[in-house]
Amino acid sequence: MMKRSTFSLRSDLVQILMMSLIRALAYAVVLSVLFVLGYIVVRGAGALISEFLFSAPQIDMNGGGIRPALIGSVCLIIGSSLISVPIGIVTALYLNEYASNRPLVSIVRAVIGHLAGFPSILFGLFGLALINLLLQPLFGFGPSIVAGSLTLGVMNIPFIIRVTEDSLMSVPCVRREASMALGATKWETICRIVIPDSLPGIVSGILFSMGRVAGEAAPIMFTAGVLNQRGFPGSVFDGVTALPYYLYEISTAAVQNQQSSNFQYGAAITLLMLVFLFNGAGIIVRNSLNKRLKK
Amino acid sequence: MSKLKIKGESLLLDALMKRIFFIAALFCTAILLSVIFVLFREGIPLLKSVTLKDFLFGIEWNPSGAEPRFGILALIAASIFTTLLACLIAVPLAIAVAVYNSEIARPSVKAILTPGIEIVSSVPPVILGFFGITLVAPFLQDVLHMRNGLNMFSAAILLAFIAIPSIASISEKAIAGVPSSLKEASYALGANRWQTIFHITVPTASPGICTAVFLGISRVAGETMVVLMVAGGAAALPESIFSSVRPLASAIVAEAAVSAVGTPRYYALFAIGIVLIIFTALFNMLADRLGGRYAAKPDRGA
Repeated sequence: MMKRSTFSLRSDLVQILMMSLIRALAYAVVLSVLFVLGYIVVRGAGALISEFLFSAPQIDMNGGGIRPALIGSVCLIIGSSLISVPIGIVTALYLNEYASNRPLVSIVRAVIGHLAGFPSILFGLFGLALINLLLQPLFGFGPSIVAGSLTLGVMNIPFIIRVTEDSLMSVPCVRREASMALGATKWETICRIVIPDSLPGIVSGILFSMGRVAGEAAPIMFTAGVLNQRGFPGSVFDGVTALPYYLYEISTAAVQNQQSSNFQYGAAITLLMLVFLFNGAGIIVRNSLNKRLKK
Repeated sequence: MSKLKIKGESLLLDALMKRIFFIAALFCTAILLSVIFVLFREGIPLLKSVTLKDFLFGIEWNPSGAEPRFGILALIAASIFTTLLACLIAVPLAIAVAVYNSEIARPSVKAILTPGIEIVSSVPPVILGFFGITLVAPFLQDVLHMRNGLNMFSAAILLAFIAIPSIASISEKAIAGVPSSLKEASYALGANRWQTIFHITVPTASPGICTAVFLGISRVAGETMVVLMVAGGAAALPESIFSSVRPLASAIVAEAAVSAVGTPRYYALFAIGIVLIIFTALFNMLADRLGGRYAAKPDRGA
């Protein structure tokens, strides 16, 4: 009896100790993340005025704003989605709806699996080779909106395929079978049943992929990057700068002054908000889907 | 009659769409395979100027010298040690967060923490790099009296910020996937909450947690912007964790802007890329293998 209670006392002590340790570690992580984000928000919030967001930097960087980088980011987000979204969705539809278990499917899935785990810098290298092997010799343009969008678009294809397939798989098979039993063809079933049912999942995947593009610097450094651009890009064959690349350049520049630090914090908070905007929207769309499914 | 005709048309459309989808999927596969093909095609010619042994095990990395040297051992060592150090910091913390969130936290806390982890995993690395330059490095320099705050240690701290949310969210799914009957059986035998977590829940979820850790390693090993901005950039074998280093990914960026097409220096970029492919593929494969029954798929790109 005595032994039993001391044993239980000890294990209670261990429990209290270990649970508090885990709690403390978790709080430490949360606090340090909040510190990093809070630091950038507090230092950068002052910069978030329309003049900073929507005007070009002055040549000596003594004033003005980050408009060129913001425009570049928007161009690349739209351009890359134009490539990754249609190709990714159609491929996912084929893999999940049409393809029977053929060698092609297993090859495609293996390639997608590998590429989804590729570091983004490798897509930057791919873009660099694409420019040197194809775009420059055949079409005569180098780093540009098109080249950057191609690079980021190809980078996001595996991601779009995965999220689309996940949401296609969540559509119950009975829905498809019911549609086919009523005499609809496969294509009609896809159009009227499968896509509408999985749309929220696909949309949230697209939003996440846009958030990914918005934050990437490594793939566009040598495929889209032009730094000293001030006005609007004249055409899609012009180079652009984008927020993450711009932030990298101005924060590693050799010459720094008070103004340049304003630029850095301002660019950092703008980038953070842009990325959170897309990811937050993606989470909201996905959660609304989950709620609908629970009903 | 007209009904039959409509049926015929829709069957035709159906057959047509099937072909179109097939061709599109083929096209997509071709694009994706070409990514891998191009990287190898542009990387392998380096072997004309350097032997494989000198490339992988050569200590001197000096592609711009009069007599260029392409030994990447120092870069590989930098990548390995930086990744290891980052994971040493990240793994215990990430598992603590996952256990806390799935087993200890109140539902109201969980409702904030789960999307919070997801949002934090989307923070662009370049912002962490910027934070490293403006705050972490000066702090290490001034407060801890280091000669140079831009080093392996500060890079590892910031890489841990990238690894923690991704490891935590995948581990958490693995922990949540442990059948509650196992836990209930443990409680019924008189185990308390900690004993159940330590002896039942975490061991059962361990294949999934291993997957999470290997995916985290793979992601950290390929991460570019943080190490480019914070690791210091010296292409030498690291002497201590406070040495300035240049991991593989940042070496690619550092050279890309100044390498003329068709030179050994240009091919070397892609050859480093191939090494990076092998590293990440290895860890992704380990993650797949260890996955097991309770492994959860990551829903966002690793």
